[in-house]
Amino acid sequence: MANPLALYTHYVSISLRSQMQYRVSFILGTMGQLLGTAVEFIGILALFDRFGSLSQWSLAEVAFFYGLVNVAFAVTDMLSRGFDHVGDLVRTGEFDRMLLRPRSTVLQLIGQEFTLKRFGRFFQGGGVLLWSTLYLDIAWSPAVVALTAVTVICGACFFLGLFINIGTLSFWTTETLELMNVLTYGGIEASKYPLAIYRTWFRRFFTMVIPMGCVTYFPILAILGRPDPLGTSLAFQYTAPFFGLLYFVLSLFIWRLGLRHYRSTGS
Amino acid sequence: MIQSFVLPYTAVLSARFRMILQYRAAAIAGFVTQIGWGAIRVMAMEAFYRSTNAPQPMNLEDVVTYVWLGQALLGLLPWNPDTEVRTMVRSGTVAYELVRPVNLYAYWFSRSLAFRIAPTLMRSIPLALLALLFFGMQPPASPEALVVWLAATLGAVLLSTALTVILTITLMWTISGEGVALLVSPVIYILAGMVIPLPLFPDWAQFALEILPFRGICDAPFRLYMGHIPITEAWTVLLHQLIWIIVLVAFGAWLLSKATRRLVIQGG
Repeated sequence: MANPLALYTHYVSISLRSQMQYRVSFILGTMGQLLGTAVEFIGILALFDRFGSLSQWSLAEVAFFYGLVNVAFAVTDMLSRGFDHVGDLVRTGEFDRMLLRPRSTVLQLIGQEFTLKRFGRFFQGGGVLLWSTLYLDIAWSPAVVALTAVTVICGACFFLGLFINIGTLSFWTTETLELMNVLTYGGIEASKYPLAIYRTWFRRFFTMVIPMGCVTYFPILAILGRPDPLGTSLAFQYTAPFFGLLYFVLSLFIWRLGLRHYRSTGS
Repeated sequence: MIQSFVLPYTAVLSARFRMILQYRAAAIAGFVTQIGWGAIRVMAMEAFYRSTNAPQPMNLEDVVTYVWLGQALLGLLPWNPDTEVRTMVRSGTVAYELVRPVNLYAYWFSRSLAFRIAPTLMRSIPLALLALLFFGMQPPASPEALVVWLAATLGAVLLSTALTVILTITLMWTISGEGVALLVSPVIYILAGMVIPLPLFPDWAQFALEILPFRGICDAPFRLYMGHIPITEAWTVLLHQLIWIIVLVAFGAWLLSKATRRLVIQGG
């Protein structure tokens, strides 16, 4: 029997082949994604043109935040479609079939679809990120390079954790709660600006309850080499991404609990 | 006589209305998401206004009201085509639409009108109330502003529906789905004023924004509401909407007649 990685690669190749059947749809979908995120960035450009700066943040810095967060989120967005469908799977009884297979349900759900058109967001965010580094004076020491990689990976894991939470809730509701979009897409909307500009209650929520700031704000300060207006230390900024990873692990654990609670709808 | 003439259109309008109103859970989810979205936007705008003392084309209070109006009336934007028509085109049942003894354009227009109004009604009123009470949205500038805003909102609904029908008709060219709508809707979104209020765009962009039809969907009605466009100029907004509604309806009807002439019915 194939090992998980080989199995996953197989899942991806099937998914890619099926999406390539509708080539025009794929191209339009990717371009649509790209445009959809690009108009948000055009809005940021226009606001900087009007206001000059955002508190003490420059356009290039905000662009770096925006770019890095979108790249991390785009990776998750490609993997996580399956968790959006858990509600349907539970309602139709399809989920029982997944339980019968000798592979983890999380792997099967991640393998359900590799959403290629999300590359639109990836390219757009990546483009903005590269553009911003041209204007920023980042000291690319090995530590900073490593931190950048860790931030993207932990960020992607953190967002995947959120999507797993959405799937877990479906065990109880048998419906996919769009309500959680306020955390996923709302989170990405908020993290395009540095967390420091928001009100205290909001910052606290997205640091202590949902540790989004730990993957989208604190480490980026260390990469940019900027002191935090909120007063956190450099050591914290370097360790912060791991709270995102921790959240992901916790989400997997809650998913297990949800599985144990799961009762087939019998239809 | 007149009654029997409009009956099919009002019937499809009310049937669609009742159907869409069934999706209450989705409405509540959308409601919470939009509150969150609005709060984020408002906080970001506050931060931008803190950064400068230079006078801006719109004050912060107006921007906050603008953002909340946008969230409340988000559903009015023509951001997707009528999804049922997509299914009909795929399955071939769109042929039934063609044999109905009604004017197809008017019929689809009525469908889309319900498609735009029903979900919006459900969430806009509670959302606006909450924003008025707790989130710093201002009431209309004056009773007159309220009246012209209502008139302009009616115009916005018709404008948006005309665009929705055009997006729906384009489905008849691509079986693969959303197609054109995927590319057009982000553009409409930003040009209508949903990303940032249109007056905050650079001055060189203002002329084009004024002429294009999209400001009639969000920006112009919102600014009438808060008195940012004075009452004495309200007629220009309404005229601008009217002209574009006529143009877009005419274009839609022409496009539909072309589409039905070359339509290939998917068998099965």
